[in-house]
Amino acid sequence: MNEILLRHREINNLDQLPIYRQNKGFETFKRAVTGMKPEEVTEIVKASGLRGRGGAGFPTGIKWSFMDKNNWPHYVVTNADESEPGTFKDREIMESNPFQFLEGVMLCAYAVGANAAYIYLRGEFWDLAAELDKHIEYLEREGLLGDKLFGSEYGLRLYTHLGAGAYICGEETALLESLEGKLGQPRLRPPFPPSFGLYGKPTVVNNVETLANVPLIVERGAAWYRGFGTEKSPGTKVFSLSGNVEKPGNYELPLGTTFRELIFTHGGGIPTGRKVKAIMPAGASSSLIVADDKALDTPMDYESVPSVGAQLGSASIIVIDDSVSMDWLINKTVHFFQHESCGKCTPCREGTYWMRHLTERIHQGGANWNDVILLNEVATNIKGKCLCALGDFATEAVTSSIARFKGDFEGKTQAAPVKMEAKVSS
Amino acid sequence: MAEAIAPKTEQKLVTLTIDDRTVSVAPGTWVVDAAKQAGIDIPVFCYHPKMEPVGMCRMCLVEIGRPMVDRATGQPALNEDGTPKIQFGAKLETGCTIPVSEGLVVRGYTDKVKEERDQVLEFLLTSHPLDCPICDKGGECPLQNLTMHFGPGESRYIYDEKIRLDKHVPLGELIFLDRERCIQCARCTRFQTEVVDDPVIGFSERGRALEIVTFSEPGFDSYWSGNTTDICPVGALTTADFRFEARPWELKPVASICTHCPVNCNTTLNTRREAKAGGRQVVKRVMPRQNEWVNEIWICDKGRFAYHYTESSNRIVQPLLRKGGQLTPVGWDEALAAVADKVKKAGGKLVTVAGGRLSNEDYFNIKKLSEKAIGPALLYSQMAGGDLVAQVGLGAGSNLGDLGAGSAILVIASDLEEEAPLWWLRVRQAAERGATLIVANPRRTKLDRSAKYALRYDYGQEAAVLHAMLDSFSPKRPDHPESLRKLLRDDALKAAAQELSQVESLVVFYGSEGTDLAASQALANAAANLLIATGHVGKPNNGLVAIWDKGNAQGAWDLGLRPSENLAAQMEEAAVLYIVGADPASDDPALAAAVDGAQFVVVQELALTKTAQAADVVLPAQAFTEREGSYTSGERRVQRFYPAVPAIEGMRADFAITAQIATALGLNLEQRIGSLAFLQLAAANEAYKDLDFGKLAEVTEQWPIIGRADVYYGGTTYDNTQGLGVKLSSEADRGQSPVLSFAPLQEPAAKDGLVAVPVSRLYDRGNTILPSKLLSARLEAPQVILNPEDAESLGLEMGKPAKMTLNGVTSTVTVHIDNSLPKDAALIPRSLGLAISGPTPVKVAA
Repeated sequence: MNEILLRHREINNLDQLPIYRQNKGFETFKRAVTGMKPEEVTEIVKASGLRGRGGAGFPTGIKWSFMDKNNWPHYVVTNADESEPGTFKDREIMESNPFQFLEGVMLCAYAVGANAAYIYLRGEFWDLAAELDKHIEYLEREGLLGDKLFGSEYGLRLYTHLGAGAYICGEETALLESLEGKLGQPRLRPPFPPSFGLYGKPTVVNNVETLANVPLIVERGAAWYRGFGTEKSPGTKVFSLSGNVEKPGNYELPLGTTFRELIFTHGGGIPTGRKVKAIMPAGASSSLIVADDKALDTPMDYESVPSVGAQLGSASIIVIDDSVSMDWLINKTVHFFQHESCGKCTPCREGTYWMRHLTERIHQGGANWNDVILLNEVATNIKGKCLCALGDFATEAVTSSIARFKGDFEGKTQAAPVKMEAKVSS
Repeated sequence: MAEAIAPKTEQKLVTLTIDDRTVSVAPGTWVVDAAKQAGIDIPVFCYHPKMEPVGMCRMCLVEIGRPMVDRATGQPALNEDGTPKIQFGAKLETGCTIPVSEGLVVRGYTDKVKEERDQVLEFLLTSHPLDCPICDKGGECPLQNLTMHFGPGESRYIYDEKIRLDKHVPLGELIFLDRERCIQCARCTRFQTEVVDDPVIGFSERGRALEIVTFSEPGFDSYWSGNTTDICPVGALTTADFRFEARPWELKPVASICTHCPVNCNTTLNTRREAKAGGRQVVKRVMPRQNEWVNEIWICDKGRFAYHYTESSNRIVQPLLRKGGQLTPVGWDEALAAVADKVKKAGGKLVTVAGGRLSNEDYFNIKKLSEKAIGPALLYSQMAGGDLVAQVGLGAGSNLGDLGAGSAILVIASDLEEEAPLWWLRVRQAAERGATLIVANPRRTKLDRSAKYALRYDYGQEAAVLHAMLDSFSPKRPDHPESLRKLLRDDALKAAAQELSQVESLVVFYGSEGTDLAASQALANAAANLLIATGHVGKPNNGLVAIWDKGNAQGAWDLGLRPSENLAAQMEEAAVLYIVGADPASDDPALAAAVDGAQFVVVQELALTKTAQAADVVLPAQAFTEREGSYTSGERRVQRFYPAVPAIEGMRADFAITAQIATALGLNLEQRIGSLAFLQLAAANEAYKDLDFGKLAEVTEQWPIIGRADVYYGGTTYDNTQGLGVKLSSEADRGQSPVLSFAPLQEPAAKDGLVAVPVSRLYDRGNTILPSKLLSARLEAPQVILNPEDAESLGLEMGKPAKMTLNGVTSTVTVHIDNSLPKDAALIPRSLGLAISGPTPVKVAA
């Protein structure tokens, strides 16, 4: 099903403005600006139960209602930094269904009283940013963006901004720092962006996919949207499926779809002759789920995934089959996080560097079991001590794979432990 | 009496419990500071009590519990025994970013917390080079101290896997970076951005490659760079002056006062005996000493690095007497006898000229000698108004640190950071706390960035600006010239005047940008009038401050010395010209001629200056590092300095030499002990009444607590155990009604071409800076600064040489261009080798 976000797969040339407008495009925005109070838009989004698709799953409408009404101007910032390894959903939305996304940004801006909205894209999306700039220009020519829209007092301008190649700038406060032209490092929270955001002003930061839901929610109503997904995780989600599957790609499915359905029904299953071994449901930041029947039959929504020891996150489902040894896998993820640690917090900066040495040694076969125990301790010591989530994310795959796939490490180490005992738990 | 820094009790305090101790602190206090107030040290690296927290080093993680609320009743939930139920979070929290709240329970020393400290230290040490034995910070390093307190005994990190980074990276010629030792706490970069508004260093790269880099040319271009080495919690930043010079534990700390400017920052001189100085005790470094009323915990780089003149090889070590045309070393008795002989015969023609850097005791004896000889005691200065500062200066109990919302500060005719860096800092901070800052200057200065009103006027109009302000809300004088009436039409000026007339506290700083002595007098009068007329005198945090060109000019004024309107003539006519701590011959050819014209010249100096070379007798004086005494700052705080190194045989203290000369006239002045000389001056001066060196040495608890080598690390600034000094009262404080003294304003003379105007620079080419080789690269060449139009019409280009003719002397100068300058003004920085005492017609050509 491609009901909401990936409609372009059903409607040809939806990335053309006339086609988008033929499909009721921007009617909702016009109706909102000319006939609805900003709070009414927020109320519909609140009622729809839409949750942030960037990973944390925070209720979107509630976030909007947190905007400090005594401090102006307000800003909207779209997080299009899409940097999580295994995540490629925002790119498809922006490339192929760009006007629905932009209309979502515009509705959000209207709802929170912002006259300027920024779209922060990862630096590699430079061509995409150029396309969006053209679209924005087009919308301005068409009178859909600019001052005194549709004869009202409301005006809105959109701007794109490119990052410079840092994963950390997907963290919303680091993104804001970067957007302000500063070094991309996360800020202390609280205060949160709705009270102290871009240039210290109230700011909504939302993910691309989150906002792309908004036009149809406002057009068709909260009840319609709640017809998809589960009670606590309503709507559809674009699942980025990758790894050892026959048909990797983006799949828009209702939240609550099981891993099994995604991997085997839609993704074509595992390459012949191999068996699914593990699943990383949230990209490289993910814990490794043991892909047993219980896990495969777990619904993919914000509440259920924790029951098998992981988070849904950005729903970047990386499938791992039995050809992969976990020492190789975590060596990859740890290299990534060591490279991307911004360096602000001691445990993450130093700990990822230390872990990299350990995972490399283990993977190369030069380690003994004490190194595995030490790796687990280093990871544990990073956890819970950092300002943002990157430190924790760097440890998820490490600790979960040592706990759940111990054999993979035993096979790679030389000698048995002398005295130390691994304090591992699942 | 030393004033206590009392917690502001007007606000309701917040009570919390930290490790079973109950403490009540001001709302908004961070948990780590509340703990410190309760006597509990929570370790920190990135947190510094003078800066906003960032919570990045993770060293201060503690257990924090919050009182639970019964959801049904909204009341605090209670345990069965009636105590409040406390909920602790699953994670530890950074004590530096959590503000106190009522009923908070903090656990700073549980096993969980101590384990975490061990872990964070283990992380930090994985990439630390462990080169303590050769590290300058060793011995005063919190990374060492915290590792000893909380750290792991041994490393689980493989030594060969340690990251290797550059170890001697010059950020400029003053500060070196050791990248391996850096723990990325950002104290230095935050200090430069938040505290001193010079964001010239910052982070480059990310992760473990994160690196401090400089963005400026020259590198680390800031007058404040040395402070970053104080607050650096490791040996990553060191000064070129001290690195590899000595170990901290070999150093003896001695309290002193910086004499480079009228702020009189409190310093600690670190000394040791060393072989390369021939076994002598020498000063190894100058460190800030905490005084929250004066310099807080900071000093500028001039104060830190320009002390080498006291140990210059150029020092005179024996009296010199001119024999057969040559200055010849003689004994003290012979030299003093030669002086006594002439002084006895001077008959009212003993003219004394003293520089602005002597101690109060020196000035007292000089004044007494002059009175006895019925000759003038002249202060070598081009600024006036010290008598007005004594009348309506900052009231007793003032602290620039208290100024904020409800106060206004007016700074006129000054580039404050260049003239008195710490005042610039304190004024900027007051503006950030909400004080209305009005900066009036003919051109843009760094202080403008913090100003609510930045008023411009033409050079020569500084007094008129203040008259216009006064008239804008009390039009009493319709006879003002047109130029002033024009100023009165400036809306910003009127708005600024309106605002300053209504505030609770008003402080007026006046400097010497573009003024000569006469203009300075007019400016000081106008400033005093403004304060008096708006009722801002005779109370704390109100009054007048002169931004003197020298460190103890206010002391000289208080003790009766005055500048001269016709200095050259007075010097030339002297039967005995007695010059103490001043070098007029170097500054101005006219004054050099006057020295030559005097009948008999006695020069009392540290080094053989140009003036000394022209003398008949040269008397070698002790430097301030070699003796005791007191200074009076521009805010009129009297402070003590102490002997740091033993006096060199043959040199004597200035007050002692003057006293010995005075015996020729039968005058008995104190010539042995500074503290006794001070008692005499205190007895003779109302404002200093009842003071003695004991009172000046009193201290009180200061916040933040800095410099006690504890784990809550504030930096290597020294704790103040030797005296906070005493803030003098003004005459207005003591109930004497100040008198308005209007001098009629003159219509400025019609302009005829370029006028050279003097301005001040921190790094000039004065005798106290030149011997410090470190700063030589920062000293500017003789220069003229023009506005772009004038430069263009003269065919001059930025950075190119030009020929300048000033007072009949032609010299080559470098052209600088400043687009904020008014037309027809040619700025000449003082003491860069060009003689200028006031506005003077000038010719500049390519």
